Amino acid sequence: MRRGTEATLALLAAAGLLAAAWAAPWLKFVLTIALAKGIAVLGILLLLRAGQVSFGHALFLASGAYAVAFLAPAAPEALLLLPAAALLAGLLGLVVGLFVVRYRDIFFGMLNLAISMVLYSLLEKLYELTRGTDGIRVEPPRVAGFALTLETYVWAMLVLALVLAVGFGAFVRAYLGSPMGQALAGIKTRETRLEFMGVSARRVLLAAYVLSAVMGGVAGAIVGMTTRHVTPLLAYWTSSGELVFIAILGGAGGALGPFLGAAAYELVRVYAAASFADAWQAILGTVLLLVILFAPGGLWGVISGLLGRRAGRAA
Amino acid sequence: MSGALLEARGLRLAFGGVKAADGIDLDVLRGEFLAIIGPNGAGKTTFLNMTTGYLRPQAGTIAYEGESILGLAPRAIVRRGIGRSFQLPQLFTEHTVLENIALAIAAREGLWSPLAPLLRHRWREEAMEILGRFGLAALAEARADALNEGARKLTDIAMAVALNPRLLLMDEPTSGVAAAEKMAIVETLVRVLREAGVTAVFVEHDMDVVERFADRVAVWSQGRIAALGPPGQVLSDPAVQREVIGIERHA
Amino acid sequence: MAGWLEQNTLLLGLALLDGLAYAALVFMVAVGLNLVFGVLRIINIAHGSLFAIGAYTAASLGLFFAARGLPPWAGYVALVLAAALVGGILGPVIEAGLLRRIYGHEQVLQLLVTFALFMILEDAQKLIWGVQPVSSDAPLRLLGTVDVPFGEDVVPFTAYQLFVLPGVALATLAGLAWFLRRTLTGRVIVAVTTDREAATAMGIDARRVFLLTFTFGAGLAALGGALASPTTTLVPGIGAATIVLSFAVVATAGLGQIEGAAISALLIGIGRSAAVYLAPEFEVVVPYLIMVAVLLVRPQGLFGVVETRRV
Repeated sequence: MRRGTEATLALLAAAGLLAAAWAAPWLKFVLTIALAKGIAVLGILLLLRAGQVSFGHALFLASGAYAVAFLAPAAPEALLLLPAAALLAGLLGLVVGLFVVRYRDIFFGMLNLAISMVLYSLLEKLYELTRGTDGIRVEPPRVAGFALTLETYVWAMLVLALVLAVGFGAFVRAYLGSPMGQALAGIKTRETRLEFMGVSARRVLLAAYVLSAVMGGVAGAIVGMTTRHVTPLLAYWTSSGELVFIAILGGAGGALGPFLGAAAYELVRVYAAASFADAWQAILGTVLLLVILFAPGGLWGVISGLLGRRAGRAA
Repeated sequence: MSGALLEARGLRLAFGGVKAADGIDLDVLRGEFLAIIGPNGAGKTTFLNMTTGYLRPQAGTIAYEGESILGLAPRAIVRRGIGRSFQLPQLFTEHTVLENIALAIAAREGLWSPLAPLLRHRWREEAMEILGRFGLAALAEARADALNEGARKLTDIAMAVALNPRLLLMDEPTSGVAAAEKMAIVETLVRVLREAGVTAVFVEHDMDVVERFADRVAVWSQGRIAALGPPGQVLSDPAVQREVIGIERHA
Repeated sequence: MAGWLEQNTLLLGLALLDGLAYAALVFMVAVGLNLVFGVLRIINIAHGSLFAIGAYTAASLGLFFAARGLPPWAGYVALVLAAALVGGILGPVIEAGLLRRIYGHEQVLQLLVTFALFMILEDAQKLIWGVQPVSSDAPLRLLGTVDVPFGEDVVPFTAYQLFVLPGVALATLAGLAWFLRRTLTGRVIVAVTTDREAATAMGIDARRVFLLTFTFGAGLAALGGALASPTTTLVPGIGAATIVLSFAVVATAGLGQIEGAAISALLIGIGRSAAVYLAPEFEVVVPYLIMVAVLLVRPQGLFGVVETRRV
């Protein structure tokens, strides 16, 4: 897809999203969460480029959300909480990353899972600190110094999430096109060659891992400030699986895929949970199977296929 | 500058009971093209693997430019100026030929500048120039997994050359290449490497290639160097002909 | 140190015996996961769901038998029957209906397919058995308890926990070792595990081996669940917890290792039980800490083999 086309699509999507939120106010919450998850999935996308899948990235999302929960009483300002959550998640990503980048494929995926479960059980068991499964309530922080009414606050969160989504989307797009991003793809196809080019494959993967952790942390901060209630469930391994699910659903091709996937995922989830309370997970699972078996390029693949066909006909 | 660029002394390495290196002493001289010949399993690739840090010898020393490189990781050895190409070309199969070379150039410069596109002007220019030297310019936009064996081999070597090595180790640069293409590839290699002033060590099975290409020939046999000298002298040695060339011509 | 040991004989003894029973259950699940990975090269995330479904089925059958007035030993028939039913029906359905379509795909996608399956099976459990706790402990009560002396203290343990669980696990280990080394089918499975290309090149019917192995692995998971059912109350979510734990066991042992899985199950089982008595808030964390510690020293796991790539 050409750069101009993708930028136009992104702008159209952003405008469409704001219009939808205007027309149906209840959508604001769902869309904010979808944008946040899309940001986390951008990070997953970086690792997928190296052929690696983390089944534990909810670790970083949860750490961002809990960072907000812990820091909000002391620093009730969204524009401070966000970078703080990003920093914390990035540091955590560095520590965990130093360990997991030594592994590939199934080991990489499942070790991430196991480590995220350590955080999950700590959040659940250290009741004194985290209030266990009850979770922590988050008071709405100020935004850029203003104490907002609830209605305005919800709008502010949506716009904030949108701005961050566009920013991280553009960043990830550029990163994937750069030598560091292309070397990630090299890890997938010929890791030995990278070493014989004088490049440390582990460091290439570590850089992507830390970036993905930062994006997870930012996503978590938005989720924490939007849901205003954080629980250990955010770190449970099934939440990580959800992020990978969204990545595949959206399609790993472009930076728009994660947001497309996240929006579709959240909307299906909201509808399925309302209509089939006991079976929404099974419905999502079925969708995932269908996508993998019949539309391996994901939603983004379907859309760019359609656009490509039209462009081909025009030319 | 003259004398030895690489000095290997007393290299030993055994896998189980098989002695892949059983006391290898070898000097690679500045600017020469040194061919390594010998039957399969004689330890030729093992020597390249030890020199590039992929395998560690159990005994012996390897010095490059007078400094020991023993125990260094492959990537550290590469950064000192020892390049390597492979019997089975190690290409990034999902990338184009041009991207493969550009990535090698970016790697040489440390891979940083994370947001500049890989095919930015400067790297694209240099990559195209390298591809031109190898006669691969027409294939620049082809995906690496769509090439024929000859082009794959040349791309593999071009990636190593893009790192600006002073010593290049090539593992069977012409194996698997159609006979009709072979000599043309060798001519290209000789020209490019001479122009760049690269010293080359290559494992080779085709004696015509060895005669055309090598300044000196080292004959490997059961982890040892059985003979060493100019091609004319070594290849006419009856013992060498019986043990090495006879078998190879058969195969 | 000696003084501390003396004072805590009771705690350590409890931890050891509890840990043994726990390790036996974990081993049953992990060994199936490992066997399936060895042959199919797929980590089946839904493996934990098979454990849970085995447990629920065993409990339902047990309650059904009891309601029909069958004698208490019928509870044991229920355990075995549940494992056979779940393994024998779900195993082939999943392998032939789903996994067979994705053998050539990227590992990422294979992992996700089993994740999707996990999501579906988790809800299926809720639809069939509801979200209320289910419990059926007839097999446990049938055998009564044994008084175990620890120094001056005497603690009653259930005979089920002391003898049945470790006994079945040991029998499984011995049976598997015999099966894999001494029978033709077993040797074929080992051959496919060690070198799939060579094995298929030799004319081994990979489809049959895959089907058989997966069914067998599913049966082991279900048997683990069935055996666990009398000792605990069944609630939604046990499958999700089980798969993570058994992966920790498998990773600690090394992928594809059968006997190794037994040893690492012991290590993790006893470690976790020790935490239950000594530092309960870290109970769930201990298995992962053991795993991470082992992998830091030996990245391929305790008994794993390093694969070097040829260049």
